Amino acid sequence: MELFLIFISAAVVNNFVLAYFLGICPFIGVSGKLSSAFSMGMAVTFVMTLTAIVTWLIYHLLLVPDLVFLQYVSFILVIASLVQFVEMFIKKVSAPLYRTLGIFLPLITTNCAILGLALFAVMRDYGFLDSVVFGLGAGAGFTLAITIMAGVREELELADVPQAFKGVPITLVVAGLLALAFMGFAGLI
Amino acid sequence: MKKQAPLGSVFTDGLWKNNPVMKQVLAMCPVLAVTVSAENGIAMGLATTFVLVSASTIVSLVRSWIPSQVRIASYILVIATFVTIVDYVMKAQFLEMSKALGPFIPLIIVNCLILGRQEAFASKNPPHRAILDALGMGVGLTMTLFVLGGIREILGSRELLGTQVLPDAFEPWIVMILPAGAFLTLGFMFAVANAVEKRKEDLAREEVYRKHYRPDTLEPAAQKEA
Repeated sequence: MELFLIFISAAVVNNFVLAYFLGICPFIGVSGKLSSAFSMGMAVTFVMTLTAIVTWLIYHLLLVPDLVFLQYVSFILVIASLVQFVEMFIKKVSAPLYRTLGIFLPLITTNCAILGLALFAVMRDYGFLDSVVFGLGAGAGFTLAITIMAGVREELELADVPQAFKGVPITLVVAGLLALAFMGFAGLI
Repeated sequence: MKKQAPLGSVFTDGLWKNNPVMKQVLAMCPVLAVTVSAENGIAMGLATTFVLVSASTIVSLVRSWIPSQVRIASYILVIATFVTIVDYVMKAQFLEMSKALGPFIPLIIVNCLILGRQEAFASKNPPHRAILDALGMGVGLTMTLFVLGGIREILGSRELLGTQVLPDAFEPWIVMILPAGAFLTLGFMFAVANAVEKRKEDLAREEVYRKHYRPDTLEPAAQKEA
């Protein structure tokens, strides 16, 4: 039950994108097309879950108690190598997907959602299983948000948007409305 | 003398023409997350500026020794080191502020703006230019954070930097201090910036038009001569 709560909390109630503002760059950059948005969400979920596992192991087996000050440096290194690994994997398995994700794959390294996840897990003192579920939930939440966003933006293509609002501004306004909608989940837990 | 002018523009570029948030759409996460109040905005801006300037200095100093295959990893390590310093100093000196900003201090590491400046500028320029560029970008970021935080604080809690500026009769817009308010406000700021830029372009085009076309005939002057 506890694990289920962690999952729901990370996925919808405290959605990483819409409540914590983590992972805004890909959220705005890759949400133009529904299919690539969904793939991006999947890639992020995958990296998030792996990150949750690996950073928990590193933090609790290596860094505690003497080397805690190395936390940020070691986390970011682990994430960078994980992303590299995922990139090689996708390149091998699906070339079209690799091309669609383009520049944003290496950018997962600097996706604050990933590092944020690792930091939150440490801050909240999650156990191993909690961390893994937290990673899965946060990834699902990110996928949900970016997919909805892409769906809305595909419709927006045909809408008559005021000149000054074209591009980034209208995207941000849509994100604002989405954030309002997601607030409706606040009473869930 | 010739070198002075570009040096100045290296600094001023970041203020508006290449403003990291408004023009390059970088550093969105901290921009949206910490701007509940103007004070938080300034603190975040200063912390980021410090990391940016320090990292740019180091990267610029060692730029010829970093092999290009591992440059991104090296930049991130340098950045992470300085962020650790900032985090520990904030915890020791400004505990309140450190708590208010929470995970967003460590998240400076993955601020795309900082990595972007290392890659685009510091790794190709001597230290003094890199420092100026970093300062300009940092000040540009801090200004944007202050404006965004200020707007949200005034409308959301009637205050600016802790002093009340709007009368009690004004009902605070709670939405402004919620996450949604951050998105909406920044969206409107972008729209205003776009509109201003559009107006400037129109004026410039009018200027060109006046120069090349005779106003009475509306014919290109150059064509007539030919």
